[in-house]
Amino acid sequence: MSLNPLVSPDPGLFIWSTVAFILLFFLLSKFAWKPIVKALNERERSIEDALSKAEMAREELNKLTSENEHLLKQARIERDEILKQAKILKDQVVNDAKVLAQVESSKMIEKARHEINNQKAAALEDVKNQVATLSLDIATKILRKQFEDQKKQQALVSDFLERIELN
Amino acid sequence: MDLSHIFNSKKVLVTFFYAVFIFISFAKAHPSGAHNSEVDQTETLTSGEEEDITKVILHHISDAHDWHFWGHGEHKVGLPLPVILWTKKGLVTFLSNKYDNDKKGQTVFEEKGQQLVNFHDKYYYPSPEKNAEGNYVTLDENHIPTNAKPLDISFTKNVASMFISITILLIIFISIARSYKRREGKAPKGLQSLLEPVILFIRDDIAKPQLGYRYATFMPYLLTVFFFVWINNLLGLIPFFPGGANLTGNIAVTLMLALCTFILTTINGNKNYWGHVFKPHVPWWLYPLMIPVEIIGLFTKPMALTIRLFANITAGHILILSLISLIFILKSIFVAGVAIPFVLFISLIELVVGFIQAFIFTILSALFIGMAIEEHAEHGA
Repeated sequence: MSLNPLVSPDPGLFIWSTVAFILLFFLLSKFAWKPIVKALNERERSIEDALSKAEMAREELNKLTSENEHLLKQARIERDEILKQAKILKDQVVNDAKVLAQVESSKMIEKARHEINNQKAAALEDVKNQVATLSLDIATKILRKQFEDQKKQQALVSDFLERIELN
Repeated sequence: MDLSHIFNSKKVLVTFFYAVFIFISFAKAHPSGAHNSEVDQTETLTSGEEEDITKVILHHISDAHDWHFWGHGEHKVGLPLPVILWTKKGLVTFLSNKYDNDKKGQTVFEEKGQQLVNFHDKYYYPSPEKNAEGNYVTLDENHIPTNAKPLDISFTKNVASMFISITILLIIFISIARSYKRREGKAPKGLQSLLEPVILFIRDDIAKPQLGYRYATFMPYLLTVFFFVWINNLLGLIPFFPGGANLTGNIAVTLMLALCTFILTTINGNKNYWGHVFKPHVPWWLYPLMIPVEIIGLFTKPMALTIRLFANITAGHILILSLISLIFILKSIFVAGVAIPFVLFISLIELVVGFIQAFIFTILSALFIGMAIEEHAEHGA
């Protein structure tokens, strides 16, 4: 009973293939697989490195951007605040000026009125004095005339008296 | 839903097969005598075709002492290869074309004082007397000589093909390694970018999942096995020089590869692995059954590897040769119209099979080694 030659391993080929395969294994391991696998690993590592660095840079950028935004926002708020305060100040200044002006003007008016009154009073006094003087002159003149005639003196006295009674 | 188109294509395929068989039976019913002469010229088929076809196919898929290109008899063109025999009288070497006129063992020749006979391209010690057919060999019921033979360590067609493949592998991968050094850290280019995905595939989908963190140790072996098997599968599909040798379909080669995996598995096996073999997780009274089973299991793995690769590649070759042989069996050139598209179709499948078998051999090797180096063999209980 013999095995079909197809399925009976040929010792010669077995020996040759063993030697050749082991030779191939060592040659490829030393000159091909080692550098290739090393290069692949290194490249993968460098790619990963680059990616993580890019990620880091992006995060940094994001941080910077958000910081910038924050600063901008703060600046805007500050500006608004300053503007608001300025407006308030301006309003106040205007208001104060208005009030002051009013007070001043009313004071001046008051003063003017006072002056006017004083002047008026002085003028009236003066008028009264002149009227009195004039009246006395007139009265003197009239009395001189009247007292030239007895009858007329009499009539005048009675007339005066009559008037006093009527008053 | 998604599978419907597959079923449809299957239906088409089945219809096609029927069509071919009907065509063939039709062709056989009306053998055309006009083509006989052509057929006779192209192949050495004269009578009893089926028997001869089997021989031709077996001849094509087995090893040979010379690399036959074309022609027969006196017009034969081929590359003679050195025959190296370790005989009873020491080493005998000669070129294969020196004694290949008679391959029926009818003439005994003497080389370095050693009498030998060539029977179907194999060298035997001659029998003392001729048998009934005039051969100096004694045949058993399978027509295989029972004569003793010298240890044949010839540089055969398969060996030559293997060295061609090794040269190709060395040229390819050393040049790739050089371009990795030259273009360090840059994107791959040319051949490098063609094979880099394959190398990464072996690393990420074969080595890492099966071997875990110790994958780097076994990467060189897995890569060598994968590319060795793959390139030889592909060279085997080329019908002419420098291809045509059926190296990965030869059981000696697949046995050698499987033994390499077996040796790696055995020497790397840790306490867990051997504990699993000699102290399986079963009740003690099952040991007499389980330990032999586990020990057999150690050897069935390389056996499976051997047979799987051998059978797959050989089957592919036989299929292609059979389809071509249909032309000569039916003696009609018109059969070629059907046979050749089929050969093309099977060849394309064989291209895929060549890759898949290399992949399977590698992944199973990685799996077996992975089982041997696994740290925690937890078994539930």
